[in-house]
Parts: sequence; C-alpha cells; structure tokens
Amino acid sequence: MTTEGLGISILWLFLYGYIIVASIDFGAGFFSYYGRITGKGEIINKVISRYLSPVWEVTNVFLVFFFVGIVGFFPETGYYYGTALLVPASIALVLLTIRGSFYAFSKYGNPNSHLYHFLYAATGVLIPASFSTVLTISEGGFIAVEDGVPRFLAGNLFYSPYSWAVVFLALVSVLFISTSFLTYYANRADDPQAESVLRQWALFNSLPTIFASLLVFMALWKHNPEHFASLMGNSIWFILSFAFFLNALRLLIVKRSYGWMFISVMLQFFTAFWGYGKAHLPYLLYPYVSFHTSVTNPTMAKFLVAAFIGGMVLLIPSLFLLMRLFIFNAKYVKGKLS
Amino acid sequence: MELALQSRILFGLTLGFHIIYATIGVGMPLLLLLAETMGIWKKDYQYRLLAKRLAKGYSITVAVGVVTGTIIGLQLSLLFPGFMRIAGQVISLPLFMETFAFFFEAIFLGIYLYTWSRFKKPLFHLLVLIPVAIGSGLSAFFITTVNAFMNTPQGFTIDNGAITNIEPLKAMFNPATPTKVAHVLTSAYMTTAFVIAAITAWFILRGHRNEYYKKALRLTMAIGLVFAVATAVVGDLSGKFLAAYQPEKLAAAEWHFETKTHADLLVGGTLDRTTNEVNYALKLPNMLSFLATDSFQGKVVGLNDIPKENWPPLIIHYWFDLMVGIGSFMIALSAVFVACRIWKPKLEWNRWLLGLIVLGGPLSMLAIEFGWVFAEVGRQPWILRGYMTVSEAATTEPHVGSMLVLFSVIYALLGILTVFVLVRMARRNPVEPLLDARSEQT
Repeated sequence: MTTEGLGISILWLFLYGYIIVASIDFGAGFFSYYGRITGKGEIINKVISRYLSPVWEVTNVFLVFFFVGIVGFFPETGYYYGTALLVPASIALVLLTIRGSFYAFSKYGNPNSHLYHFLYAATGVLIPASFSTVLTISEGGFIAVEDGVPRFLAGNLFYSPYSWAVVFLALVSVLFISTSFLTYYANRADDPQAESVLRQWALFNSLPTIFASLLVFMALWKHNPEHFASLMGNSIWFILSFAFFLNALRLLIVKRSYGWMFISVMLQFFTAFWGYGKAHLPYLLYPYVSFHTSVTNPTMAKFLVAAFIGGMVLLIPSLFLLMRLFIFNAKYVKGKLS
Repeated sequence: MELALQSRILFGLTLGFHIIYATIGVGMPLLLLLAETMGIWKKDYQYRLLAKRLAKGYSITVAVGVVTGTIIGLQLSLLFPGFMRIAGQVISLPLFMETFAFFFEAIFLGIYLYTWSRFKKPLFHLLVLIPVAIGSGLSAFFITTVNAFMNTPQGFTIDNGAITNIEPLKAMFNPATPTKVAHVLTSAYMTTAFVIAAITAWFILRGHRNEYYKKALRLTMAIGLVFAVATAVVGDLSGKFLAAYQPEKLAAAEWHFETKTHADLLVGGTLDRTTNEVNYALKLPNMLSFLATDSFQGKVVGLNDIPKENWPPLIIHYWFDLMVGIGSFMIALSAVFVACRIWKPKLEWNRWLLGLIVLGGPLSMLAIEFGWVFAEVGRQPWILRGYMTVSEAATTEPHVGSMLVLFSVIYALLGILTVFVLVRMARRNPVEPLLDARSEQT
C-alpha cells in the first residue's frame, strides 16, 4: 500500500470510529431529552447517563484526531477546506462547543435545568447535519477556485437535493446507531422497560436508513455521475452492508442476541462507509485535491505513521480498560457500582 | 479593519480563552495527585475529600477546555490556511501526537472521575491519575513545541519555494522548545495551585475556619511557592534564549535600543516614540545584561541593529513587565505565607494575608494571559519567524469579522456560565457535613 493509501485508510477508520461513538452520543442526548418531556425520562436517562458519563470526552478526541490527521497527512486539504469553509465550520464548532459545555453544565452543575438539557439535545441533531455537509462538499460543485483562492458556494449547497439527502441519511443513521446500541445496553442493564422503548425506536429508525441511502445514491447519480459510476464498481460493499442490515433487523425483531445485533449495525455502516470512501478516491475534494498529489512529504508521512503505531500501542490497551470498567462491566451497567 | 488583523484578533481571543481552561487542565492532575498522596501518606481522609471536590469542579473546566481546544485545532486551518499548508509539511508531527496524548489523558480522566469507590485501595485510584498527569503534560509539551517552532523554525530548507530536507524531530526540538515547554508547565502548576489557594482563602475569610480549609490552603500555597520559583528560574533561562535566538523580542520587551554591554533592566515607564527615549522607568542597573547573558557585563543587542520592519510592537514592554511583576509578587506572597506558617503561626490566618491570596488567584491567571500576549505579539510580524508573516498566512475569506462576533458571544457566555455553575456547585454542596465522616461515603 502507498503511504497516501495507508494514511487515508487510517483516517477513514477513525472517522468511522467517530461516526459510531458520536452517533451513540448524539442520539443518547436526543432521547434523554425526549424521554424527559414525554415522562419516560427516568427509565432511559439512567441507562444513557451510565454509558455517557465516563466516555463523552473520548468521543470528541476521535474528531480532533481525524482533522488534525488529515491536515497532517494531506496539508492541501487544510488549505482548500480551511479557506472555503470558515463560516460553516465555525457554526459547526459553535454547536460542538455548546454541546460539550452544556453536557457538563447540565450533568454536574444543574441536572434540573430544562434549558441546558434542551441545548445539549438539540445540538446533537444539528451537529451531524452540519458535519455531513462536509462530505457533500467533497463531491465537488460547492467550492469554486478563483485565482487559486477557494470560495464556498453556499447557495449551491442549500439548493442541492444531494445535500439534503445526505443530511437526512445522517440523521436517521445517528438515531438508528444510537438506539440499537442503547437497546443492547439496556438489555445488559436488565432494564426491560427501557429496553422495550429503545427497541421500538430502533425498529422505527431501521428502514429509513436504507431508504435514505437509496435517496443519496439517486441524488449522487445526478450530482456527480463519475463518483456514482465508481460506487457501482464497488457495489459488493453495499450488498454486504444490506446483508448486515437485514441480520440486525432480524435480531431486533426476534429480540435475540442484541450484542450481535449491534455488531451487525456497526458492520452495516462500516461496509457502506468503506465502499463510499473507496469510490471517493482519488479525490479528497473533487476535482481539486487528489490524495496522490496532496500527500505530505515522504519523511513526514513516515514519522506520522510511526507516531500512529506508537499511539495505538498506548491507546488500545487504555480503551480496552475503559470498556472493561464501564461499557462491558455487567455490575457497572446495572448500576451496582457508582 | 484588514482581514489578517481580524484573524489575529479572533485567534487571540480563542487562545486567550482556552488558555485559562488549558492551564487548569495541565495543573489540576498534579494537584489532585499531590492531594491524594497526602491523604494516603497522612492517613487523612480530608485530603481525599479535597481531591474529590476539586475533581468535581474540574469536570466542568475540562469540558470547556476540550471544546475550546477543538476550536483552536480547527481555527488554525480556518484562519491561517497558508500556515498549515507550508508549516504542516514540517511540524504536523507534534500536532498529531498531541491528539494521542490528549486521547490518553481523556480515557484515564474518565476512569478517574467515575471510580471513586471502585477500587479496594485508594492507592489504585491514585495510580489512575498518573497517566492523566502524564497525558496532560505531554499535550502541553507537544503543542508548545509547535509554538516554539513558530518562533525558531528549523529542520527544513527552502529551495525555490519548495520545502526540502525535512527533519520533523529537529523541527520539534528547536531552540525555543526547552524553555518554552518548561515555562508553560511550571506556570500552569503554579497558577492552578494559586487559583485553588485563592478560592480556599475566600472560604476562610467568609468564616469557614475548619481544618479542612487550612490543610487545603497550606498544601496549595506550598505547591504554588515551589512552582513560582521554578517558573522564575525558567523565565531567567528564557531571557538567555531570547537574547541568543530572538533578540528583537527581548529588545522590544525592554525598550532596549542601543546595542551595549552593562545594559539596564527597565521596569514600567513611558516611551517617546519620536526620540525612542524612555521616561519614568525604574532602572535596575546591569540587570538586562544579566538576564540575557548571565553576566553583568554582557552585551545585549538593541533594536537599532534590527531592521525596523521586523520590530515587534513596542507595547509588549508592558505585557512583559506585568507578567514578571505578578510572578515576583506571587513568589513573595507564598514565601511570606509559608514563613508565617513555620515561624509566626498566629499570622498565618491574618485577614490581610488571606485577602492578598484571594487576589493572587486571578492575578496568576492574568500573568498567564500577559505572558501569552507578550509571546505572540512579540513574534510579530512573523507567524513563522524569518519565513512567513501573519498576513501572508491569513485567510482571504471575507467573513472573519462576523465569526469574531459569533465567537466573542460564545466565549462570554461560556465564561459566565462556568463561574455560575461552579459557584452553584460549591454553594449546594458545603463541605462541613462531610467532614465528620470517617468512612469514605458521600
């Protein structure tokens, strides 16, 4: 594998990791607020809070890792996206800021505040919508380069059916990933009431993810036929994704093996994400930035890969410990350990 | 206002806001570690209670620190896209490693905050803090090497506009790295200790005169003294670094125009911009030579020997003086407190002394701010000294001004809410009912 291939694969894996953990986080925020206003708060919030409290900061790091990594491996992307996306990225940052701080304000400072809780929940819906537009923008047609200076064409983005299809896909995916995880977690926590509510939500969001994906395919066909053709060339990944989806749906319906159910959901998204990413190459920003030409110098690339390996040696056991202590610790999940 | 200036103001605002939380983020793990160690060593539950209460408040500041840190990471590319495009080729390694260090810290901090009663021995809970402290120290180290690189770039050559001969480690370990990293770390440990001392002194002044607060004040003032002295020693070494590698920054900080030996250190004063004459300043004879060279006869380069377009703004003299002034005041204050404790125990709880300690918390944080303003404005006009100016690197996107307004509002809101939430937490959870508990329940 070439250095740039290795680099982009690592980053893509991390972005996938972010999508999974952040979806759980965003959806959890949304449902905890929903539970509060519908009076089902007690049941769900306990489950959600036990999962979220120790891991929320870790979620944010996945994102930082991705964008620091992409600017490090492919400095040109920083220049193009950085110049063009000042306004939308700033808005996304503000949302992320509100979410992170109000989570802490609400959780540790004032659990009764309706406003804090609302802000925390609402941003959880707006952030995935705004982040997903970056993937839309990467398809080309939303950034123009005049005299070597990139400009963002906000109007094009707003009136693009493709852009809205992606936003829709992002939202239902967030809700599906998070409810399927929380169903599993509630089941582990021996909390049948929460489990049944969350399972219904998961079922409710399951088919829309497939429907939204089809919409995205159709809109992309119009928007960037070249990428669409490339997607078709990688269709095996999407067929696999659909198979994993069917398996997850089956397990949800028969209420069995929720652990495998969630793993199937993860694989559903992994295969689709990988196929999408593979078809997207060689462009990081169509048609201006290709990953072959924008890659950093070979020396730095080597150091970054070495740093990555070193970092993983440190992180994987630590993450494993974190999961052992909280997520996969039966006593903790059941609320028997504080 | 030109775009480059707007970008500088916005980035400065973000950095100025983030550094408050980042300083506590670096300093607090050490403070917690020392408090927990004292608790185990002296078999005194009150120290553990102190750590627990500090950790509760810390979870709020960490949250704001994480999100503002995320903003800095992205704004670097959003506001100065030209910088990352070029400098990224040479210096992205520590930026990348910083995320790992932070990742490591975040994982163990999550574990620390939620395992107060999970381990049979308190020692295990204390051990979790070690990776947190290492992670936060490493974060500070990596990110400061990037700032150091901006001041003394090395590890590459420029051939017809192309960057070649890239040596990422040489870029990371540039001449500014040792003093800068040391100064950032010691000042963070010092400031965190003094901020907590200030809050503790405030409680004591308000009539909470029990042993818990007294122990907390003694501990934090002692830590503060040690690191205040360390900060001053590193500051002295920084002076020598500046004289050797960034003489224009030192000269501008000292309004030192003529290159000469036996140079005086000027404190305060006013500058006549037409004649470059300094009035009303307090002169410390030969001290600038000593700061720059370790010898009272040393030769110090003056601004007249530096091309005028490369002069930093001369106002940095005041930022420098304020930083050093506060640092010296804090050494004196903490030394007096520790001395009273040893020789004049009656004076230890003197109202005036406690009042000054309350003042010392915000002052220390201000010194951090002044220090960063001095460091950053003192590098002007460069973003990468000798290679790229800030205007060359700044974005050409026209909406920086409105983003400046947006972020100002957000920072103001977050700043106010942080204080509000912390005060509320302290009010609602008074320590007194917990003090009698011999067991570890809460």
